Amino acid sequence: MAVTKPDLQVHIGSLALKNPVLTASGTFGYGEEFAPFVDLARLGGIVVKGISLAPRPGNPPPRVVETACGMLNAIGLENVGVERFIAEKLPFLRTLATPVVVNILGDSLDDYRQLAEQLAGIDGVAALEVNISCPNVKKGGVAFGTVPEMARAVTAAVKQVASQPVIVKLSPNVTDITEIARAVEDGGADAVSLINTLLGMAIDARSRRPRLANVVGGLSGPAVKPVALRMVWQTARAVSIPVVGIGGIATAEDAAEFLLAGATAIQVGTANFVNPAATTDIVAGLERYCREQNVSSVREVIGGLRV
Amino acid sequence: MIQAFQKKAVIVRAERFAADIVRFTFHAPDIARVARPGQFVMVLSGPGSDPLLRRPFSIHRLSGDGNLSILFKVLGKGTRRLALLGEGDELDLVGPLGRGFRFEGVGPACLVGGGMGIAPMHFLLAEMLREKAASAPRVLLGARIAAELDFLAAEMEALGVQVTVATDDGSLGHHGTVVDLMHRLEEKKPWTVFTCGPHPMMRAVVGYCGRAGWRCQVSLETMMACGLAACLGCAVSRPEGGYLHVCKDGPVFAAEEVAWL
Repeated sequence: MAVTKPDLQVHIGSLALKNPVLTASGTFGYGEEFAPFVDLARLGGIVVKGISLAPRPGNPPPRVVETACGMLNAIGLENVGVERFIAEKLPFLRTLATPVVVNILGDSLDDYRQLAEQLAGIDGVAALEVNISCPNVKKGGVAFGTVPEMARAVTAAVKQVASQPVIVKLSPNVTDITEIARAVEDGGADAVSLINTLLGMAIDARSRRPRLANVVGGLSGPAVKPVALRMVWQTARAVSIPVVGIGGIATAEDAAEFLLAGATAIQVGTANFVNPAATTDIVAGLERYCREQNVSSVREVIGGLRV
Repeated sequence: MIQAFQKKAVIVRAERFAADIVRFTFHAPDIARVARPGQFVMVLSGPGSDPLLRRPFSIHRLSGDGNLSILFKVLGKGTRRLALLGEGDELDLVGPLGRGFRFEGVGPACLVGGGMGIAPMHFLLAEMLREKAASAPRVLLGARIAAELDFLAAEMEALGVQVTVATDDGSLGHHGTVVDLMHRLEEKKPWTVFTCGPHPMMRAVVGYCGRAGWRCQVSLETMMACGLAACLGCAVSRPEGGYLHVCKDGPVFAAEEVAWL
């Protein structure tokens, strides 16, 4: 029997990806950090560290702590700002044959609009991912991701000026994530990605102190996967735009589970820290999975959950 | 692009010392070939999700043909799982990472290691001597008890330098701290001090160097998720505000680069 390579290509709106495996924002730097360990050209896409208008210094340490099957972080959105991103980080990313998704974050509607404006038409920016869900910054972030009207407004503001497809990244720290997903679809989003980290905390009982200087932080890693799968499954049934699944994905089997739940693509986050080559391992594993499942295209897997 | 590798490496030698101290020697020729003193490797303690993250270990020494050692004390979940392994077992290493000690053209050098901060001192001393970067470096080591450092003091002495030891319980050498030993350094000499150890000890060493007008390099340890400057979790405060990252800007810093609270 002739062995044909399974077709891994998927589309997020008008954005064509050679495979459904992307990196999650904040876990892959600006791409270059992983170049010694990963053939970046083999990735479906690179989602870079979240960018704000002005550089941000981030939170005081300690910023990370390991928890059972996961980790908490309160980095505080440390980043170089949009100008330095374009000048210093994008030239390297442009040399890759891999679409780059720029994650943007702000404290006001105007911040988001200005970011989308500055990135509009910039060579090498294939899509925007709007972070309305980071739980670490006191003002702005949380409200946009937890109030449907705000989520719709920020999506519409970005869509109005963006020249690229717009993905909105959703927070799981809400009563009903499908309500927020429908609101951003209504605002014109081309796709949603979920989940961002789950708000959590860790305490050192001996010293009676929180383990993070920020007291609370975002939980990620294998511990959050069942929650993420459930939310992806619910959201995929609630909206008609593509869903990008995120949350504890470390293996091709994890990735396949998210595709079955209805995700069109997936992002690999914390697993990059454990295994720098996790993303390309997953790409190879998805090919094997398609062969095992006897499907010629990964698209046949999407939403294929048998309930 | 940094020159670093993700490699499976076999433990060719596992040594267990008193006081829960373990030394693993890996055959990791790619990493060993480019490693510099003060750099570290991220070690995955095994498969599965708990513990999840790699652990950073400074490179303790190089030996033989492409062998590299780490020295650690069994303290938490990660080191406890590591300590269960032995010769012939294979571990996943990422490295060498970070910015190491800078000692080219340095004058009189003094290496000050305390607690498990003694780990990087062997590699540093060996390279200093091999590259003739410093003539007759001094070595000061401190620990709680003799068993935590006697083996290493002997190995470093065997390289032909003077090693002075302090223990908290007086079971070996000076009864007191390694910082006490710094009084024995000739004050007139323009020493450069290279130090690694618990934070309070390094703060004292930095303070002593400041008063004496000596230069000082410190190797810092923090919580670290990736070691690759991707998570930005390993922040340390700069005196002028803002942060540096131990994995990329360090782990070795000039003492004045970081804020000593």
